[in-house]
Amino acid sequence: MSAVVEQAREAVVRVRGMRNQFGTQVVHENLDLDLHRGEILGVVGGSGSGKSVLMRSIIGLNRAAAGSVQLFGEDVGPMSQAQRQRLDRRCGVLFQYGALFSSLSVAENIQVPMRELGGLSVPMMQRLAALKLALAGLPAGAGEKFPSQLSGGMIKRAALARALALDAELLFLDEPTAGLDPIGAAAFDQLILTLRDSLGLTVFLITHDLDTLHTICDRVAVLSQKRVLVADTLDNVARHPDRWIQDYFHGPRGRAAQLTASTQAGVVTP
Amino acid sequence: MNTHAHEADMAATTPGSFQGPDAQGRVQLSGDWTLAHATRLERALAALSAREAGVQRIDAQALGKVDTAGASLLLQLAGGAGLEQFDALAPRHARLLAAVAQADAEPLPAPVREGVGDFIAGIGAAVLAIWRDALRLVSFLGLLLATLPRVLVSPQRWRVAPWVVQIHQTGLNAVPIIALLTFLVGAVVAFLGATILREFGATLYTVDLIAFSFLREFGVLLTAIMVAGRSGSAFTAQLGSMKSREEIDAIRTLGMDPVQVLVVPRALALLVSLPLLTVLAMLSGILGGAVVCALALDISPMMYFSRIHDTLEVRHFWVGMSKAPLFALMIALIGCLEGFKVAGSAESVGKHTTSSVVQSIFVVILIDALAAVFFMEMGW
Repeated sequence: MSAVVEQAREAVVRVRGMRNQFGTQVVHENLDLDLHRGEILGVVGGSGSGKSVLMRSIIGLNRAAAGSVQLFGEDVGPMSQAQRQRLDRRCGVLFQYGALFSSLSVAENIQVPMRELGGLSVPMMQRLAALKLALAGLPAGAGEKFPSQLSGGMIKRAALARALALDAELLFLDEPTAGLDPIGAAAFDQLILTLRDSLGLTVFLITHDLDTLHTICDRVAVLSQKRVLVADTLDNVARHPDRWIQDYFHGPRGRAAQLTASTQAGVVTP
Repeated sequence: MNTHAHEADMAATTPGSFQGPDAQGRVQLSGDWTLAHATRLERALAALSAREAGVQRIDAQALGKVDTAGASLLLQLAGGAGLEQFDALAPRHARLLAAVAQADAEPLPAPVREGVGDFIAGIGAAVLAIWRDALRLVSFLGLLLATLPRVLVSPQRWRVAPWVVQIHQTGLNAVPIIALLTFLVGAVVAFLGATILREFGATLYTVDLIAFSFLREFGVLLTAIMVAGRSGSAFTAQLGSMKSREEIDAIRTLGMDPVQVLVVPRALALLVSLPLLTVLAMLSGILGGAVVCALALDISPMMYFSRIHDTLEVRHFWVGMSKAPLFALMIALIGCLEGFKVAGSAESVGKHTTSSVVQSIFVVILIDALAAVFFMEMGW
């Protein structure tokens, strides 16, 4: 039955039989993953399980040793540079440390992809940059600041604004809430959820944050033993018998996050 | 196959547009209001507002795709009334418009235009910056000179490994390039000397010219300039990226002194390697001259070296060598100080590296000129 549902939904990202290897160290072996349109997929796994490598392989920063990656239904393997760039414009990436260009102000950072696209007037770009800043929850005054003047949370928001500059349909987030205080992290989670609902984004989210998994992820993919061990709703994943998964979701932190999530749900329902 | 899909994709995008407003102020939307069509739509909207036509209702029945850029333009079309004005707005569009309307982007502050006053203020600021830089350099020199004896007297504070590594990098690794460079300059000086001195029948004096200039000036000067470019810049880049990654703060919090840990080994390394490289440069330059003399001027190597031996006093060597430690100290000092000045960005590292090389070469040539006057007055 679930197979029928799966087929009905469009896979924005489809990874089949991916193999990644650095020297003799095999990171991924025969890895399959689907990301459906409009969903937020949380990707978890222990340190060194290759979460970032998987993301880099999908967005084309890393070439997989074997296997295929389809983005928006097109196989990226045999693509020309120009075709690849056209797809890249539909993807936005938020790197773990923001990767804002340190010599440009925040507003200029957001305008970089717009300038690259060409054909937009300067007032239009200014206006869009201001809009993205506001969507990412930053005040307009943050636009003229430089990345070195921003706090950790503001860097993440600014980087998110840049990732959204060209109205990406598919958003890759590498540990978006790492290094944020719990309040900031919760606010960022809500921001992602709001943007997904209003802009119709599809989100690939690498995280260690159990609260993030509980509050915003539609499905959770667990990377373990060099492949995606299970990708399902959080409840189903948490029931998986694998030792690591059990430790992860039912350790002290996992239980605390679960408790918070259920209390929050309880508050919202009435 | 994919290309066809792409073309079909492009064909499927119908440019967004609007008709109206008609007599009742009704506007018909159509097509895709996306970034690709944003500039054209923006112009159309500007033209519309210039006509001051009142927009009452907006019919979104035939509206295609919308992204944030399009949503922002649609809200501009709607004016103050916002979402209320739209008829037949699809739910997904309504959500997007609501989000964009809620974001309620304040315009970015306009960039400040510079006037004549700012230009003059800029000159003043630049002069002050030079003065402050000079002060900082002098105080950093003082700091290093105060730290050095403290380190030297207590052997447990000697950082032998980093010191040797730095000597390797700044000295040994520079041997090929400095030997080659000075060899070539030696050859060039020989040609120059020969061309001019031949007219006076004094070709043999070419030997004096080469030996004299390399021992007193060229050997140490060329070496210092090369070292400033190679190692001074490396010091700045190393310390600069450490600074921007808070590594220098970490050194402080661990109870260590960054000057002791980072600057002293580098300064001591240059104090060893620059004089050694200078000797190499002198030899190599004289050798370059010897080759040209042998091949082009019929002065045999035997004659060349015995001429040097007979006419040249050893004090010329010491005049040249005496400048080497001074240059080494200044290059290390400027390189490290500029590294400590780096703040935050990658651009800052680049700026200070450039500044480090320019400053050290400037200071080296300045000291050399002053020294030349001094030695001349002293008759050395």
